[in-house]
Amino acid sequence: MPNDNNRRVSNLKELSFNWIDSRLKIKALIDYMSSKIVPRHNHSSFYYLGGVTLFLFLVQVCTGILLLMYYRPGAESAYESVKFIVTEVSFGWLIRSLHSWSANLMVLFAFLHMFTVFFTHAYRKPRELTWYTGIGILGLSLAFGFSGYLLPWNELSFFATRVGTGMAGAVPIIGKQLMIIMRGGEEVTGATIGRFFGLHVAILPALFVGLLSLHLIFIQRQGMSEPLEWADKKPEEKKYIKFFPNFLYRDALVWLIMLNILALLAVIFPDGIGVIHWPLGEKADPFAPPPAVIRPEWYFMFAFQALKMLPAHVWFIEGELFGMAVFGLGGMIWLLIPALDRKAAKSKRSKLVVAFGAVVVLFMLAMTIIGYLVE
Amino acid sequence: MQEKNVSRRGFIKWITGGGIVAFLASVFFPVVKFIIPPESGEANVSQVKLPFGRAEIEAEAKKSKTFKFGRSLGIIVATPEGELKALAAACTHLDCTVQHRPDLGIIWCSCHNGRYDLNGNNISGPPPKPLEQYIVNEVGDEIFVARETS
Ligand code: FES
Repeated sequence: MPNDNNRRVSNLKELSFNWIDSRLKIKALIDYMSSKIVPRHNHSSFYYLGGVTLFLFLVQVCTGILLLMYYRPGAESAYESVKFIVTEVSFGWLIRSLHSWSANLMVLFAFLHMFTVFFTHAYRKPRELTWYTGIGILGLSLAFGFSGYLLPWNELSFFATRVGTGMAGAVPIIGKQLMIIMRGGEEVTGATIGRFFGLHVAILPALFVGLLSLHLIFIQRQGMSEPLEWADKKPEEKKYIKFFPNFLYRDALVWLIMLNILALLAVIFPDGIGVIHWPLGEKADPFAPPPAVIRPEWYFMFAFQALKMLPAHVWFIEGELFGMAVFGLGGMIWLLIPALDRKAAKSKRSKLVVAFGAVVVLFMLAMTIIGYLVE
Repeated sequence: MQEKNVSRRGFIKWITGGGIVAFLASVFFPVVKFIIPPESGEANVSQVKLPFGRAEIEAEAKKSKTFKFGRSLGIIVATPEGELKALAAACTHLDCTVQHRPDLGIIWCSCHNGRYDLNGNNISGPPPKPLEQYIVNEVGDEIFVARETS
């Protein structure tokens, strides 16, 4: 009697659903989700960028936890333990490669996500808070990259960290103290690894998860941003798809594709490719001069190159300080764009804001390219 | 009567506010103090004896060697004239370790292409200040490097 069986199964389903629902009230959640809609238009693909970034972050968490099992911080053990991971541990090379690839892609997608939000003015009212938390998340991602770079304790990471923390030292008045706090002393030593390790695996993840939760809650509360062109469209001209399950399925498909790309990259190029690479190389030797080509990660290249091109003194201030002041000011404007862009709040495109964004993007691209072309 | 009430409320506000601030300060003071590392044991020395001699410096391809000078690094260079010059090895720009370029006759920082002459004067590139020059004393086979005392 198959019918009877079927009934029993559906009864069981209903029973367990009721059991959970009466405790967690998930029906309300499902109702809420199925009433959610996502706008459909030419630029709908932008909606996936944030989700991809989130996915890559989840990969970072998983591979990071795995690496933690073998990694031993410290000047005498860090390099050796990473070497152990990539040469002895089964699939150790794969996990490290995935962690590095996913880190780079995560920063890339976070930037893409940010720029699309910027140029579509999606930060406008009521999404200001989402923008601010997003910028915070991007900042934390860069801090993850910077603190993680030192951990293998090889030549490159040693000097990159010396220059990076040396930059903090150039800040007037508090700089020296700041540098000492970052380095755990006057020089980059094993003490610095301890600090960066704590930052990388405890402090930053805690802050990140906090900000990320806010960011996601805000997005759920506000729904997906509609493009500006839609402002004076008639309701029947606007097309939507349902968030649950249609959009979620598409999201899942994109994640699956991303996972495959990631796996391919990690397997075919375990040490990275071209300028985005992370060979273990030589162990850091504080007595040795830096290797001939010393470069930061690609996402710091524009800042590195810009500071390199500044003369020792601009007017009467040190070039370094001048550069940092300009970057600080630019970053401030970027952060406060929802408050500064009065036009977008009224659903109008602001030429000035777009021009500013274009200048920033062109500057970053030009500096990055020069940085890699000029030795 | 009213005025008195308001000022009493103000007083209480002030006391609680001050209490909260004092409480937070007492919580964060040890935390901030904790993250500032203690002074390292190594003193800021004014003179060191190098663990190598002139022959070893001249045997190097770069005609120079780095050495530990208290908490920081120094570099000692054998010039073509047969002189020994010792300088602080940390670039004044962003703290990379500088190196000798015998082919160019300069002290070079590879990080941002900073250049110094053999007396430590910054001649081009981003370094804003010269490198500190040390005094070199050769006594027999031994080399002593000392900080200039003014
Ligand atoms: S650190 Fe030496 S030139 Fe920048």
